[in-house]
Amino acid sequence: MSTMLKYQEKKLKIVGTRPLRPDGVDKVTGRARFGADYNLPGQLIGKVLRSPHAHARIKSIDTSAALALPGVKAVVTRDDFAEMPDEMAAVGELMINFRDVTRNMMAREKALYDGHPVAAVAATTEAVAKAALALIKVEYEVLPHVIDVVEAMQPGAPLLHEDQYTQGVKPKPERPSNVAKRLEFGHGDVAAGFKQAEVIVEREFNTKPVHQGYIEPQACLASYSADGQAELWTSTQGHFVFRAQCAKVLQMDISKIRVTPTEIGGGFGGKNNIYNEALAITLSRKAGHPVKMVMTREEVFRGTGPTPGANVKVKIGCTRDGKITAAQAELNFQAGAFPGSPVNQASMCAFTRYDLANVHVVGNDVTVNRPKVAAYRAPGAPIAVFGVESVIDEMAKKLGIDPIEFRLRNAAKEGTQTYYGPKLGPIGYIQTLEAARAHPHYSAPLGPNQGRGVATGFWFNIGNETTCSLNLQEDGTLTLMLGTIDVAGGSRASMAMMVAEELGIAFDRVRPVVGDTSSLGFNFLTAGSRSTFASGMASVIAARQVIEKLRQRVAQIREVPLEAVAWKDGQAQPVDSSVQQFSPMTLAEIARMAGKTGGTVAGHAEINAQGAGPGFGTHIVDVEVDKETGAVRILRYTAVQDVGKAIHPAYVEGQLQGGAAQGIGWALNEEYVYGEDGVLQNPGFLDYRIPVASDLPFIDTVIVEVPNPNHPYGVRGCGEVPIIAPMAAIANAIENAIGLRLCEQPFSPPRVLKAIDEAAAAKR
Amino acid sequence: MARITLSSSLAPFTEGVLELELGVANVRQLFQTLGERYPDLQAQLEAGIAVAIDGEIYQDALLQPIARDSEVILIPKIAGG
Repeated sequence: MSTMLKYQEKKLKIVGTRPLRPDGVDKVTGRARFGADYNLPGQLIGKVLRSPHAHARIKSIDTSAALALPGVKAVVTRDDFAEMPDEMAAVGELMINFRDVTRNMMAREKALYDGHPVAAVAATTEAVAKAALALIKVEYEVLPHVIDVVEAMQPGAPLLHEDQYTQGVKPKPERPSNVAKRLEFGHGDVAAGFKQAEVIVEREFNTKPVHQGYIEPQACLASYSADGQAELWTSTQGHFVFRAQCAKVLQMDISKIRVTPTEIGGGFGGKNNIYNEALAITLSRKAGHPVKMVMTREEVFRGTGPTPGANVKVKIGCTRDGKITAAQAELNFQAGAFPGSPVNQASMCAFTRYDLANVHVVGNDVTVNRPKVAAYRAPGAPIAVFGVESVIDEMAKKLGIDPIEFRLRNAAKEGTQTYYGPKLGPIGYIQTLEAARAHPHYSAPLGPNQGRGVATGFWFNIGNETTCSLNLQEDGTLTLMLGTIDVAGGSRASMAMMVAEELGIAFDRVRPVVGDTSSLGFNFLTAGSRSTFASGMASVIAARQVIEKLRQRVAQIREVPLEAVAWKDGQAQPVDSSVQQFSPMTLAEIARMAGKTGGTVAGHAEINAQGAGPGFGTHIVDVEVDKETGAVRILRYTAVQDVGKAIHPAYVEGQLQGGAAQGIGWALNEEYVYGEDGVLQNPGFLDYRIPVASDLPFIDTVIVEVPNPNHPYGVRGCGEVPIIAPMAAIANAIENAIGLRLCEQPFSPPRVLKAIDEAAAAKR
Repeated sequence: MARITLSSSLAPFTEGVLELELGVANVRQLFQTLGERYPDLQAQLEAGIAVAIDGEIYQDALLQPIARDSEVILIPKIAGG
């Protein structure tokens, strides 16, 4: 059964304040150690040879010359990894097809994308390792490739997997297909809904894959010992999940791998899966030395997963008074070289902001010759929402209704039946719309070629398996051992604040640390906006355990009944004047006596947190379009979001600002560009342009707090929602500025200029 | 009997059946009963299905009780970035 603590409104002293983060000084002084900062005596450098072809059969691999090069200590290829069965297997909370995992970390029969690993070496220096890569002879039979999702869905398209038949279709198709899975969601009668409609808007949208933009490339250090145990230091969003994945593909006992997470220089979903980690352990085993592997930026682009590109069709019908009667979408998502795009979640997020009687969504998960996609904040949702919120905006304009008012007339609220299943519980969507409408930004004047756009986002948020330990130290301070990675969002501080609040002590009396995989039981990834919700709940449970044990200890020491002991303001004291009186004991006083009165005091929590509260957000953006160059400048941006409760408001604001900034980059500049040969042409931050500070205005934030009833402080989670709305909001702002609806992301200067020129030509 | 509703994405695996009533006491029993009745659904249940019991979503909660009059909805499991 689930362990859930319910929300209780109470006066707060620590939660809701803005103390300095415990990892802050290390990060600003350069003392913090990230993945590439770890070294061991005698370590070797590992490098990966990658396919130069988008699609090729690997006929042979000859590593003899590389092995003969002085300084080369080990080489691995497909022959060093066991074949895994074609079945979904559990890895903690994840279900993964390890047949695909083994083939993604090291190509077997075929190379399926430019950048697919085909061999790896460990050598005494990076120069020797690179020289060895050049000596590996790979004989390829180059095959036709397919990059575009729509082309990949056509009969006769080059097949990535000859044994892949579309799931979710009955009867089973007779021919294999790049469409790995088809799924449908919906309720009501869409055809009848469109018949009721007085206005219908239908549009088609296309987006490109974009990178999470984490600044720190993947980096790991592995050391395999002669007794068959391995240690791994790596930059990850989930060290327990990485351990499980490595154990599975290397056929090792989980307990024989110890993973220590380094500080992480961004992840955003891109560090949820192993890439080099199992290679490094295998190279270390073969070489008898520790092996360090750090990706170059080019390798990150060519070899790790971006979020998918997609083709999206949206149709919405509406009455003239602004009531949506039917909504329909088709989402065709690139999965990359192996099945598993986030089309599921995208399909469920597409229309959930609205209370709709008739909805139908079809999703297709499509394999193409690109790197296997990975998660990226609210995986898939921004893509679906770009289409839906663009059509919503166009509908509002056709009806002459203010875009926020139009959304309010159709807004989801507590009790709304979703088209994917459950009814919504207490949510704050309407509150975000009303806060946005009341914000001065929404009514500020605009100049020539300037426009304003609005869009909204929804994300489920999740809980999942979580553990923690809270140890009382001899001087009365506490150490909070967490198993969820602090992906730079400040979650360590937030957990410590909740513990301090529970115990009634100062924030700096609690030292939060993220433990390695041998220090705690399994923890799921930091993903899905779960850490502050789930790890926070675990921390509160542990703190309440500690308080209970402290009360018991004081009752024994003071020789009073347990019922007479209350915990208030950081000390044990009589419940009131009616009970047997005793001298209060502070945490430090109890800690000093703990060893002689039964031993130290600790609290633990091992939970599978349930009851995550959905998050909703509304964004407003002003843009200015240069009609001569097509450049779009962001003039003003406001992100409004219901977060349940902001434990540390500055870090919540940071999440909202970061998500908006990433969404702005997604909208305006970012895209993977492939040549006709299927080779990625812009694998670096010079040619793949993410926004920098000078591109952005200050991003204003408004925190709405509608408590999640399933968390002791009302937390919902806040990291996913803020990236959902920006692309649509900016498209809507551009339309408002120049009257042109852009349906192809990114809205880069050449594309905007082309749209302007085409519109001008059409008028002539 | 609990009222069970399956997300429409699961229709291909249940011969189109999306609503049924079952006497099950917890999620484990629910999955076992559904897997026996619809063998094609078994892989989906193992691959990751969440349940909403009376509006509350549970993931990986096999021992979560289901009351006799509960409304249970099966939906795809949610992950995240």
